[in-house]
Amino acid sequence: MTANVEIETIEQTAVEEALAQPEVEAERPAAPIIVIEPSRGWVAVKLKELWEYRELLYFLTWRDIRVRYKQTALGAAWAIIQPFFSMVVFSIFFGRLAKIPSEGVPYPIFNYAGLLPWQFFANALSQSSNSLVGSANLIRKVYFPRLVIPISAVLSGVVDFGIAFLVLLGMMVYYRVWPTWGLLLLPAFLLLALITALGVGLWLSALNVHYRDIKYIVPFLVQFWMYATPVVYPSSLLGEPWRTIYGLNPMVGVVEGFRWALLGTNPPQGMIVVSAGVSLVVLISGLFYFRRMEKTFADEV
Amino acid sequence: MSDIAIRVEHLSKRYRIGSAGRPRYETLYDKITGAGSHLLNKLRRPLPPQSEKIRSSHSEFIWALKDVSFEVRRGEVVGIIGRNGAGKSTLLKILSRITEPTEGRAEVYGRIGSLLEVGTGFHPELTGRENIYLNGAILGMKKAEIDRKFDEIVAFAEIEKFIDTPVKFYSSGMYVRLAFAVAAHLDPEILLVDEVLAVGDAAFQKKCLGKMGEVAGEGRTVLFVSHNMAAISNLCNSVMVLESGCLAFLGNTVQGVQFYATSILANLDNPAHVKQDVSINHLRVNGMTQLITIHQATGIEASCQVSIHAEMPHFQLYCLIQDEMGNNLVVLGKASRELGYTGAPVTMVIKVEMPPLWLKPGLYSLFWKLIGGGLYPGHRRFLSEAVSIHVFGDTDPATTHGILAPKSKWSVSSMSIHEVSSINAHHRAPKET
Repeated sequence: MTANVEIETIEQTAVEEALAQPEVEAERPAAPIIVIEPSRGWVAVKLKELWEYRELLYFLTWRDIRVRYKQTALGAAWAIIQPFFSMVVFSIFFGRLAKIPSEGVPYPIFNYAGLLPWQFFANALSQSSNSLVGSANLIRKVYFPRLVIPISAVLSGVVDFGIAFLVLLGMMVYYRVWPTWGLLLLPAFLLLALITALGVGLWLSALNVHYRDIKYIVPFLVQFWMYATPVVYPSSLLGEPWRTIYGLNPMVGVVEGFRWALLGTNPPQGMIVVSAGVSLVVLISGLFYFRRMEKTFADEV
Repeated sequence: MSDIAIRVEHLSKRYRIGSAGRPRYETLYDKITGAGSHLLNKLRRPLPPQSEKIRSSHSEFIWALKDVSFEVRRGEVVGIIGRNGAGKSTLLKILSRITEPTEGRAEVYGRIGSLLEVGTGFHPELTGRENIYLNGAILGMKKAEIDRKFDEIVAFAEIEKFIDTPVKFYSSGMYVRLAFAVAAHLDPEILLVDEVLAVGDAAFQKKCLGKMGEVAGEGRTVLFVSHNMAAISNLCNSVMVLESGCLAFLGNTVQGVQFYATSILANLDNPAHVKQDVSINHLRVNGMTQLITIHQATGIEASCQVSIHAEMPHFQLYCLIQDEMGNNLVVLGKASRELGYTGAPVTMVIKVEMPPLWLKPGLYSLFWKLIGGGLYPGHRRFLSEAVSIHVFGDTDPATTHGILAPKSKWSVSSMSIHEVSSINAHHRAPKET
């Protein structure tokens, strides 16, 4: 070993590195080279690196799913119990007593079709917002793209969604509601729900590292957000153009899209475009905000 | 050019006090009340680093690492030594990309693997098999790679029978063995190791050291942080001594260990920068603070000052003596209760007296270990610095293969010489002493 005597003429190599692109100099060997430098300001999202860590993403998602039900007595039945009993309660209070209109389909199935994506979103939000803090020991001891953590938290909810979806199929048979061709678009609406959940989850998880208040805010946020989303009522209560503006809440487009695809209720038309736009903005801004805060995670989590 | 594995230039890392040792979480309330000063910080941020340098003199920040530059050649095994809070772990964390440097630059040529703790990401509810895959993936192994090494890992950990049992039912020994087995089968070109050898029993530590030696023998580059001077002397080609975040020494292992020992003496009254929940310092062995030289027949009297700053219901304190291979020769433990500890934060001076141990001449290290009430290995474990003990004596180390070499008296009580045709003609009759 020799002490590094030749001091390079470039003094502030650090400042140049604004975009976190590893620079490989020509005369260096072909071996993979990692350049470690302080990053400043906004940095690239590095989706390529994320792709290289896809197996870790898979294992973490798998761990979340496996662990979640391993010590519960009812196991995966919880994925059904939560939305099902919510549906029962809502049907009694909002369907029976308040007589909220349900666009021509029985209220229970109208409500359940909305609860499905909503529960997915709400669970993803609470799981992902706490994910970084919950993985503190990993973050402090091992390097990997931190994005893997909130993404796996969101993805692990997909299994619950799938289980709860089976109940919906049963209800559709029971109420003799037949899907329309819109059903083909269902995956697109699920994707939109994923994007929205991930976008908000990225923001909240990164914020939670600095401000532990987030932990207390999330349950409120989820509750208020549900009533701001047409889960227990149809968005057709609003006339145009308000219905389209309502789409600024991205979950409005998701929930209404789900109902339309499954039950053939009013199509989401303009609002789905607004919702998709908003949810993309949330996701992209979330990605950049997360990457920007990422360098502080190991020191502060 | 191509024989460089790691090049570090002017690497510095600054921590805000409070976020280094014990993190102080900001709340939204803090943010609102401190909105003014926060705004100032935000405004300052985009300014060039010059202004940050001015701020750094402010007591709000500490430099865990300051302007460190060095190069490590491919295949070199470098020991990193220094007191607690000297920046050893920070250096490894930056090189393994866990945390970013504040200034400077490092280039790493090759796949890097870091073992800053064994068992990272183990989940108690999952079985041994599941944890091997999970932990492997976390350490950066591909699934195919784990599939290939799976049997080897299980055999190394000696847990074949329990592979499908959740690890929460494992004994702590099994747990650590499995964790290390996974880590040991990571095949990076550059390996960063931090104190892993401090966990586990003697047999396990020996296995770790053996594996380390193996890795080093394969021509891979290793950076090895340890307090165990004997292990450092044994494994490393060169040594780096860090002092308060600065590179104080770089070079030959023997000189480095010596340098470290002397520097500890000089800085004895300077407390380490990072305040930890538990600190063990003011080590003394027979009145000396480091590197003492004693005769085999000398008794050992070791003392230390233990300070506990956190709530800790109980702990176990050990005084250990290790040989150059890291074998625990002496492990003396006491429960906190027996030391009169009540659970409240405390500072106490503890002394252990031992009769002459008759260790064979050589280099040993004595250190203290405190284990707080915790669930898993590696949790709430605190190590002191080590005091090197050079033992000299009358026995010739070359002819003594055991651990102890007590003063012995040899005699021959009867001897009759056979005149038969013996091929080994030269029997040397030992003289009576």
